Parts: sequence; C-alpha cells; structure tokens
Amino acid sequence: MENKNTIKIYLYTRYERFWHWLQAFMIISLIVTGLEIHGTYKLFGFQTAANIHNFVGLSWLILFAFFVFWLFTTGEWKQYIPTTKKLFSVILYYSWGIFQGKPHPVQKAKGAKHNPLQRLAYLGISAMLLPVQMATGLLYYLYNDIPQVLPLSVLAVIHTLVALFLLNFLVIHLYMTTTGHSLFSHIAGMITGWEEIYETTEIADWETQATKKE
Amino acid sequence: MEKRYFIMTGLTMLAITALVLSFQAVFASTPPDEEEALGRTLAKQAVKDSKRWTTVDHAKIDALNQDFTSGEEITKACLSCHSEAATQFHKSIHWTWLASGDKSDMRYGKAGYSVNNFCISGNAMEDKSCLACHPAWNKEGSQGTVNCLQCHNSSGFNFEEALGDIEAFSEDDDPDTKEMVTDIQQEIKEAVSKVTFPTRKNCGECHFKGGGGDGVKHGDLDTSLTKPNRMLDVHMGTDGKNFSCTRCHTTVDHNIAGRIYTNPAVETRKSLIEDDLAPKITCVSCHSSEPHKNDSKMNDHTDVVSCQACHIPKYARVNPTKMWWDWSKAGRMKDGKPYHVEGPYGKQTYKSIKGEFKWEKNVTPEYFWSNGSQTSTTADDVIDPGQIVKVSHPVGDKTDPEARIFPFKIHRGKQPYDKIHKKLLAPLLSGKNGYWTTFDMNDAIEHGNKAIGIPYSGEFDYVETTYAFPITHMVAPKENALNCTQCHIRKNSRLANITGLYMPGRDRSNLFDTIGWLSVFGALAGVLLHGMGRFFTRNGKEN
Repeated sequence: MENKNTIKIYLYTRYERFWHWLQAFMIISLIVTGLEIHGTYKLFGFQTAANIHNFVGLSWLILFAFFVFWLFTTGEWKQYIPTTKKLFSVILYYSWGIFQGKPHPVQKAKGAKHNPLQRLAYLGISAMLLPVQMATGLLYYLYNDIPQVLPLSVLAVIHTLVALFLLNFLVIHLYMTTTGHSLFSHIAGMITGWEEIYETTEIADWETQATKKE
Repeated sequence: MEKRYFIMTGLTMLAITALVLSFQAVFASTPPDEEEALGRTLAKQAVKDSKRWTTVDHAKIDALNQDFTSGEEITKACLSCHSEAATQFHKSIHWTWLASGDKSDMRYGKAGYSVNNFCISGNAMEDKSCLACHPAWNKEGSQGTVNCLQCHNSSGFNFEEALGDIEAFSEDDDPDTKEMVTDIQQEIKEAVSKVTFPTRKNCGECHFKGGGGDGVKHGDLDTSLTKPNRMLDVHMGTDGKNFSCTRCHTTVDHNIAGRIYTNPAVETRKSLIEDDLAPKITCVSCHSSEPHKNDSKMNDHTDVVSCQACHIPKYARVNPTKMWWDWSKAGRMKDGKPYHVEGPYGKQTYKSIKGEFKWEKNVTPEYFWSNGSQTSTTADDVIDPGQIVKVSHPVGDKTDPEARIFPFKIHRGKQPYDKIHKKLLAPLLSGKNGYWTTFDMNDAIEHGNKAIGIPYSGEFDYVETTYAFPITHMVAPKENALNCTQCHIRKNSRLANITGLYMPGRDRSNLFDTIGWLSVFGALAGVLLHGMGRFFTRNGKEN
C-alpha cells in the first residue's frame, strides 16, 4: 500500500472511444424516446419520439454491424471471453475491499481492458440483451411489412423489458465509473484514451494472452 | 502507423455515414415533398372534372308543359319519358322500407319488424307521420305513386301544398280564385322543370331530419351539411369540393349505395384501380388503402383503423344531436295539458308526447370494431331486459379481415318492452289511436304491434337500449385529424375499450413492466447504498 505512484497508459483507441460515446448517446436517446412511446411520460410528443426512436434504432443497428466487424477483425472480441479467474476476488473487492481502501484485484492493461466481472457483464449485454433488443426492435419496426413472426404484444413486452434491463445496466455502469482513482478518472480515461494505473501493477499472463501477438 | 490508422478511421467513418444516410433515405422517415401519396393522386384524379353534363333541358319538354292538378299527373309526365324509373324505384329500399325488397320477408326495415330507440317503429307504414319521408305522393306509402320530385327537384317548392290548394279551389268559379289558380299552375310548371340529380338538400330533407327533427338521429348528418364549409366536411364543403351525396352514394337502377339493416355498404374495400365499377362508397374507393405519404406510419394503420376514426375528430360540430331519449318519462301533464321544456342549444329536453331528451354538440365518438354490418334487434327478437339492449350494434373484431376500428354515435334511451314475451314493443304514435293523441301507452302498443302483426301480452315496462350510428360524414380537413396521443396514451385513450391488439403508448404488461422497473430501481438503490458506504468509510482511507 506504500507505492501509490501511478502511470498513464493508452488504453482506448480513437475508434473505441468514438464508438463508446456514440453508442452511449444512441442508447440513452433510445431509452428516453422508447419510454415515451411506452407511455411512461410525455416529452417530445409521441410522433416525434417514434420518429427519433426509429431513426436512431436503425442507425444503431447498422453501426453495430460495423462494430461487430471491427470486433472480430481486430481480435478485440477476445476481451469478452468470460473467465471465473479472479471473478470472486473482484466481487469481493466491490462488496468489501473497496470500503477498506484495498487495491483493485485486477488492473487494466492494454490487452486486458475489462476485469472478469466486466467481461461477464459486457458479454451478457452484447451477446444477449442487445441482440434480443435489436431483433425485437427490427421486427417491431417491420411489423406491417413482413410476415408476422411474433404478435406485437410479445415483441413490445420483450422490447420494453430488455430496455429496462439496459437502463438497469446504465445505472450501475454510471456508478461504477466513479470507483476509479478519483470520481472522474474512468470517465476521463474514456474521453482521452489514457487511463491511470499503478506503476507496480503486474498484468497476469492469462489476462493479456487474448490479444498477444503470436 | 499513426497516420495510416488516422486515414483508415476517417474513411471508415465516411463510409458509415454514407451508408446510414442512404439506408435512411430508402427505408425510413419522410420522402421528398414533391412525392405525392398514391391515395392523394387517385383522389385528385377522381375529382378532376366535377361538372355533370346533360343533353336535356326539362323546361323545353312538352310533357312537363301542362297544368298539373295532382302529383300523380306529374309522375305520369316523368314516366312518359323515363319509362322504367318507377319500376326500378319500386324495388328499392327507399320505397319498400324493407331490407329484403318485398313483403315476403318483413324482418328488417322501417316497414317491417325493425325498431330503433327514437320513434321506435314505422308500424308497417300505419304511422302516417313517418310517411312524410316516404317518397310517395300524399303520405300514401308504398300503396301510392312515386313522388319523383322529392329527390329530383331543386326548386324547394311545396308541391303537395300547391296541388292541395288547386284541388280546394277547383269547385270555385270566382274569377279572383281562378286567377290565383292560374298563378299557382304557372308556379308549379316552373318548379317542376327544375329537375336535378339529388342534391344534399333533397337527401337531407329526410336523412338530416330523421327521428323527428334536425340532427336527431345520426350525429354526422344534419342541416348544417346543406351548405357546409370545408372545415365541417372537406368533401361537401361549398368552399371545397362541394360533393353531393350521390358523389359517393353511387346508384344502380335507383338502388343507392350505402349500408342497410342487413348488409354493409360494401363487403370489401376496393379502390377504383382495383374495381372501377364498384360503388364509390368507401374512402378507399378514391383514396386507396395507402392514402398518406409514402412510408408514412399512418399507412400502416389502414388495415386496422378506419379513415373515419382519425379524420372525424368530433361529430355534430355545428348543430347539436340527440344522445338520450327516455320514453318512460313521457305522458306528464301540466294543468292537464301536454307541455315541453326547452334546454341548452334551444333544444327541447322534455316533451309530454315523447319523454325526456339529452342533446349534445361537438361530441367525441365511441369506437368499436366494425366490418360494416350491424346487428339489428327487431320487435320479433327476444331480449334480456336485465341488461341494456343493443338495438343496433356494430359487428366485427380483430380477427375479421374486413373489420376496422370505427367511430360511432351511440344513442341511448329507454323504450317499452313486453314483460311476458320479452320483446321490444312498437307503439303507434300518430293518428287518432296513436300515443300522441291518447297518451295511453298500453293502447298505443296494442295498435302498433297489431299493425306489424306481432302479439302483445298486455304488460309492458321500459328497458334501456342503445342504437349505434356509424360516423362517416363530417370529415375534417387533414390538419384537424386526430394526433397520435388521442389514442396512443395510457389514460383516456379514445380506443380504451378496443381489444384484440397491442397499442404502443396505451398498453403494457404490468408483470413485465414491474420486473423491469424493479431491476432499475433496485440498481439505483444498490448504487446509492454502495456510494454511501464508500462515502462514510472514505474508501477505507484513514484520514
């Protein structure tokens, strides 16, 4: 606990940062307009909300295809491989250690941007929630134009439920950004690309293996 | 390395932007303004040339250039050229007042067992006051001679009164009287020659005033439509397209397109492109089923929502319409005499001969699934007096491909029913045995039910009933159509009672919404607690 020197490493490339903030903007606008369409409140007016929702939703769908392409061509997908290694120590850290000033058991590094808990969460979202949301959203949008796959009520209920799950993620995600060295250091990292880590941090082999060049 | 990456990123972004934009142009949002909706092009085409033309000037026809002394003579003159007109007309429901076309089936029709909750029954044409609207001379009903002028004359001249005067004066040899008769003859002659296709005024004489006065029955048909502006009716507006009724209610052999008791106006909606000889009675006829701009979400509604549902935001927008008629209150006297009470809009709210009324103006329709057909409870049908009896009600539900969500006026009221036979009763109203003379309901029912040939037990009471009128006229200009949230809203949706479909904004699953929101607020509570924990432990730092 004595050596608290930090160094900055370049963790998030320009494209990753761009994609992160664009996606953040799109998901937030989709949630805001989506809940208005759902009848939760009145903000833009139903028609405008629906138009924005359709436009952003379709744009997101296309951009996501590019993201997936990027993910696989760059090998970045390996960052999302789930692991149980250190998973419990991460859980333990957030539920106990963090209150005692203990260091985070897993540090970020170029080849290991996500801790095991993040990997699991992001994989769950990218591989489960988002595809379901996109599929139901697209079927909803094309409801009148293609043969009926599922009744509108089923599509709508799934779409709403997943939207609320994503809102749940958003709440936790936003909170977690405050658990860095300072309240805003993680957010700063996602803006500049440079993230502070402890100088002495050792990156275990299994963590970076994924993106190591052969 | 850096530079190449930079260029690559730039190119990728550019490609993405281009693709997104092109995708949007193809699939989503609004097309350029100059691109017109198919329905609009069609409708414009249909009204391109509105001028009727004719090869006849009736003022120059010899047969009409004579001194008429009776209505029958006038009709004879008409038929001297239009030889088949009366034969055709005798088969139409306008003449027989029977949906089947003749007396072999009395079930449906004003002259049959059909009843409503206004003046209740036509009593098989026994009730002479009803016959003011039957197109025969001198209220003779279907026994009489067709009065062509009732529908085909634009003079507004009162022929029956003038002809009655001539008949009264015919015995009189006084030169002054003779001169007067000559004047009347001349007036009749001039008026007769004003032959026309039926105008709104002609049709309106009966259809605007059905049920005993202006705007009583329909709600979307009253005398305000004789000379409407386009704000009241975008098609009939004299400052708009100035449609006559027959512009849409097209006619074959004197049978006029429109809904009758047993049949919808059309079985299936077809545009003129699909069937140019079909009656032009539906909106789809001219506007097609894609009446809005290309790719407008509105076009996705047309398989479920009728045009009328959004484009007639309110009915009875100028004149009030009757919403409630309680026969059980009829018969009260003041100083031993019948009386009436005047209420809002200058309309009567009580009349001894008819009972209690409620009038409303600018009324929001009620919405039901409708395939164009309506049920019709006749005086021969058994009812359940424990419930509100639907004398007329739309037929259809989500599973019916022809059904749409359609606006209706529901006229409510109380009317007599047979306590033993459990059937609606048909009291006779006018004439010496009618209720309006005798104020004896039991006796009026005896006479009325006898006229239509349905036995009466002698015991009656009143039952609450509803009667549904489709709202299809008074189409407002498009800027006055409903906006989304009149229906797509959780509370007070206009379509609150419509079942069978999921409507965004109106509907939700309570269970799944609760699960979702619990997860959101659970997360919120969790991070708040966690954050407070970090705050109070100062992240474990000692000082």
